[in-house]
Amino acid sequence: MDLLFLKTHIPMYLEAAKLTLNLASWGILLSFFIGLVCSLIEYYRIPVLRTISRCYIELSRNTPLLVQLFLLYFGLPKIGIALSSQSCAIIGLTFLGGSYMAEAFRSGLESVEKIQLETGLSIGLSQKQVMGYVVLPQALSVSIPALCANVIFLIKETSVFSAVALADLMFVAKDLIGLYYKTNEALLLLVISYLIILLPISLFASYLERRLRYAGFGT
Amino acid sequence: MPDLGLNVLFEGSNFLRLLLGLWVTVKISLLSVSLSIILGFFLGILMTGKHPLIRILSTLYLEFVRIMPQLVLLFLVYFGLTKAFHVNLSGTASAILVFVLWGTAEMGDLVRSALISIPKHQYESASALGMTTPQVYRYIIAPQTLRRLLPLAINLTTRMIKTTSLVALIGVVEVLKVGQQIIEANRFHAPTAAMGIYGTIFLLYFLVCFLFSRLAKQAERYGKD
Repeated sequence: MDLLFLKTHIPMYLEAAKLTLNLASWGILLSFFIGLVCSLIEYYRIPVLRTISRCYIELSRNTPLLVQLFLLYFGLPKIGIALSSQSCAIIGLTFLGGSYMAEAFRSGLESVEKIQLETGLSIGLSQKQVMGYVVLPQALSVSIPALCANVIFLIKETSVFSAVALADLMFVAKDLIGLYYKTNEALLLLVISYLIILLPISLFASYLERRLRYAGFGT
Repeated sequence: MPDLGLNVLFEGSNFLRLLLGLWVTVKISLLSVSLSIILGFFLGILMTGKHPLIRILSTLYLEFVRIMPQLVLLFLVYFGLTKAFHVNLSGTASAILVFVLWGTAEMGDLVRSALISIPKHQYESASALGMTTPQVYRYIIAPQTLRRLLPLAINLTTRMIKTTSLVALIGVVEVLKVGQQIIEANRFHAPTAAMGIYGTIFLLYFLVCFLFSRLAKQAERYGKD
């Protein structure tokens, strides 16, 4: 194990981790939004949009991110839509994450009984108020574990970004292996970087899950 | 309508080659899934045991494999094993090894939670009736857990097939790699083939995984009765 090598190359990994986290947080934020919209469409059974969102969810859940990225990055320029690798990565991650988030929100929304919605309406709350004050808070607390699992899943999925020429952690590791043949050191740093990113999130997720159990109605 | 380069697909044996590539993907995942299901059962049963050392070791294994991106695991096995221990595995072999390790962890956790979900009194009543431990598992526990596990195992297969796309990055010639080769070979007379080929691969993956998801839904319905 070459300690000096480890020390001199930590900054490269830091840079790469920053890029990974930056892209991941954009992707996750946007997929939260898409997921919420899709699940609300499903909840209110809006006719045409519902079919579209169903198709989208099936398409995105049943294809791997790598293939989606290849289509975006290598395919789309051929029909005149050239995107930078960063936007490809964010769009790809959002396309993938949106459906997973939608499923998580949907199961939360379904867990709130219809009677609460009807009660809310009958005591004079508007549709928006019922959603905002009654249904969503309870639905969110139910879907938190699934949402956290999705966040971790999406961060893990960012590891394929190196395939569309982004200098993320995988890219740096592969680069160092190719340049200096320091496989052990490069892989060690890679594993440690992912552990540093993902372990706290995973621990926080299980903490959150324990705390939020109490937020439901009547329990 | 811009040219999608779809005609490249039907030149020579290109489409057949894509399908064969897809078969490599599916083969790797099916092989890994079946091994993982077998090993996962043992892991799951081990994890419900009371021995503290086994519990700690299995939890550590489970958490490590689950928290690492699969691509990192592939790199660890494909590049790391060779350098550190001079074990030279081919791309396919390391892919299967990684997917079995990962699948076993996932399956083990599923088996563990299925076993735990069966109330304790069933174990106790069965042994009170004079059944031996193997009999309890064979006649009481297995039929119930298997029913619950079937849809989850099929879902794991879908995830496995999707994750298998990563093996293209460690040099296994599967559907994505074949696609790249076709695009490269036709660079001059069909420069826009990338859209058509990658689009086709996208649809192929969709068809295979969609089939398995439907199957899982069916199994779920069957499990409820």
